[in-house]
Amino acid sequence: MFSCKLFGAVAGVAVAALSATGALAQAKDKIKVGFIYVGPVGDHGWSYQHDQGRQAIEKAFPGKVTTTFVESVPEADSERAIEQLARTGHDLIFTTSFGFMEPTLKVAKKYPNIKFEHATGFKRAPNLATYAAKFHEGRYIIGQIAGKMTKSNTIGYVGAFPIPEVIAGINAFYLGAQSVNPDVKIKIVFANTWYDPAKEGDAAKALLDQGVDMLAQHTDSPAPIQAAEARGKFGFGQASDMERFAPKAQLTAIVDNWNDYYVERTKAVLDGTWKSQDVWGGIDSHMVVMSPYKNMPDDVKKLAQETEAAIKAGTLNPFKCPVIGQDGKEIECKGNGALSDEQVLGMNFYVKGIEDKIPQ
Amino acid sequence: MRIELTPRTSVSPVARALAPVAAFITSFLIAGFVIWLMGRSPIDAFDVYVLQPLSDPWSLQELLVKATPLALIAIGLSYCFRASLWNIGAEGQYVMGAIFGSWLALKTHGTDAGTWVLPLMLILGVIGGALYGLIPAFLKTRFGVNEILTSLMLVYVAQLTLDYLARGPWRDPKGFNFPQSVTFDTAATVPPILEAGRVHYGFVFALIAVAVTAVVLGRTLFGYRLKLTGDAPRAARFAGFSSKATVMAVFAISGGLAGLAGITEVSGQIGQIQPSISPGYGFTAITVAFLGRLNPIGILVAALVVALTFIGGESAQIMLKLPLDLTQAFQGILLLCVLAADALVSNRIRLVARGGGK
Repeated sequence: MFSCKLFGAVAGVAVAALSATGALAQAKDKIKVGFIYVGPVGDHGWSYQHDQGRQAIEKAFPGKVTTTFVESVPEADSERAIEQLARTGHDLIFTTSFGFMEPTLKVAKKYPNIKFEHATGFKRAPNLATYAAKFHEGRYIIGQIAGKMTKSNTIGYVGAFPIPEVIAGINAFYLGAQSVNPDVKIKIVFANTWYDPAKEGDAAKALLDQGVDMLAQHTDSPAPIQAAEARGKFGFGQASDMERFAPKAQLTAIVDNWNDYYVERTKAVLDGTWKSQDVWGGIDSHMVVMSPYKNMPDDVKKLAQETEAAIKAGTLNPFKCPVIGQDGKEIECKGNGALSDEQVLGMNFYVKGIEDKIPQ
Repeated sequence: MRIELTPRTSVSPVARALAPVAAFITSFLIAGFVIWLMGRSPIDAFDVYVLQPLSDPWSLQELLVKATPLALIAIGLSYCFRASLWNIGAEGQYVMGAIFGSWLALKTHGTDAGTWVLPLMLILGVIGGALYGLIPAFLKTRFGVNEILTSLMLVYVAQLTLDYLARGPWRDPKGFNFPQSVTFDTAATVPPILEAGRVHYGFVFALIAVAVTAVVLGRTLFGYRLKLTGDAPRAARFAGFSSKATVMAVFAISGGLAGLAGITEVSGQIGQIQPSISPGYGFTAITVAFLGRLNPIGILVAALVVALTFIGGESAQIMLKLPLDLTQAFQGILLLCVLAADALVSNRIRLVARGGGK
């Protein structure tokens, strides 16, 4: 169901070694599952969607599983919160932000019998799995929609931080737009926050002031799309379906669907079959879901649906080679006809046509 | 009708000592009422929030870990605040100290550099924080620029410098371009006091700072000078105390201690440079300094109390599923009650009928 990326083999060997010593978990009747969120559950974006996943677990295993969460945990001070969950009888702990990587690893080493899952990181252990989603697949689709719909020929992007995941998202979005509109221009603003409605809104307004009429966002609050709605422009929901915040402006939203994954992993702990792994799910595995296409002409909608189907079928990869860098040189193609997973996960360049520079 | 506060001529030391106790009881009653309104048991909440963290060795340790940077920074701030100099930028001085010290940790990473690395890192941390604290002090003494504004705004400069370093030159080349440095070597790590524990020697530094400050403020001419500069600047000048030298000195001390807190936190706790290394310790420490009434022992106690509200708040989320907002509201109620208790102890309340005033 899920594609396994880096080090999957290594983790597999480690698990095999562990099971040989008899330390692998037994099936259990009742378990506790804990979550650490970087933002408030009410952000209507990233943390909100993880909390939807938590609620899906509660629904799927009534009476068998109890869940707990700690919200707005600062990354620099998260080790204690994670350890509190470990100490209070939780069997499976999800830490849902990149910045929790080292603390999760530290706590996982201390509590070898508890299972840990860290979102968007790359450090694993026999009892620490990682998972992430290919949101750039969805960003390619919304790029095509934006490229088709823009009248000012200028599209905008509110980014959180210039980290690889965000950079890959910007590139996928722009490549999508370029594929249907070769002359389209993009303007990018980094808000330097994952969740701060005031800053995000300001960034969005700055872009709209510069003539942007299609606004994508990689920050978690509905503020940017609300700014687009207020100006009569269009935008795309981030992480959750934000239609109720911007009924006229939202063309579609890239929804993070952790529900299936969380239920599956909880079941694995209940069954005693949990193993450390590395999962990178996309549209095909239902981890990335496009909310209904609205507020757009039928031909654009049709295009978006076709692209979605092609990505799902594996016939279209947003980073199919050749990918041309800003300097006009082709990026070395390390994958099979497309950039390799490692190249996408560590992306630190903009593609040709983006006139900005990545802030360093 | 209006309410008037008139200063009491004499305040009994007993009342002064009991004021914070009364404040605690009041704030717990208010919070308990809110929890009761939410349909939960206030008794359970008190148990999870206060009693359990104080009766469990693990959370006691965590308490010290969390209180360490708060106490170090707040002790430093007390020098400034006693002299009525408003250093709001401890967060920036904390970050700058961390940057100065981490430079050495990253420079010696992967080499055989020995035990000299850590002491030198700590000294660099103090120097970095002190130099950064001296910027607003210099601007104030030389140009008369308001130190509140400059120290506060320099926080953002420090944070963005750290951000730049974590994303740029100091980024771990093997870290998939994620914004963080390599993890520090053992030689560059503040060791834990107990083996496998989380309390590191930073807490000892905090204790030393408390002891030294108690002596300096209570028994030295410098301590007297601070108090006089704060309470009666004209008298201080007549006494021949240079206010410029005082400004420079307290900002250097304050910045130095914040810098020490920064480098011990990064080296003892986090173990690497990343874009964010503080959940706002430099600002929370302002609260701690005032909760402790600028008294070194008081500050140590206040740091532990504030640390308890964080740890208790997390436990309340986990055990009772109480929302985080309640924890934050409780911190606010507590501070308000302590300040109110202080005001009520040193002032007399009088109800004055309308028109019955002056």
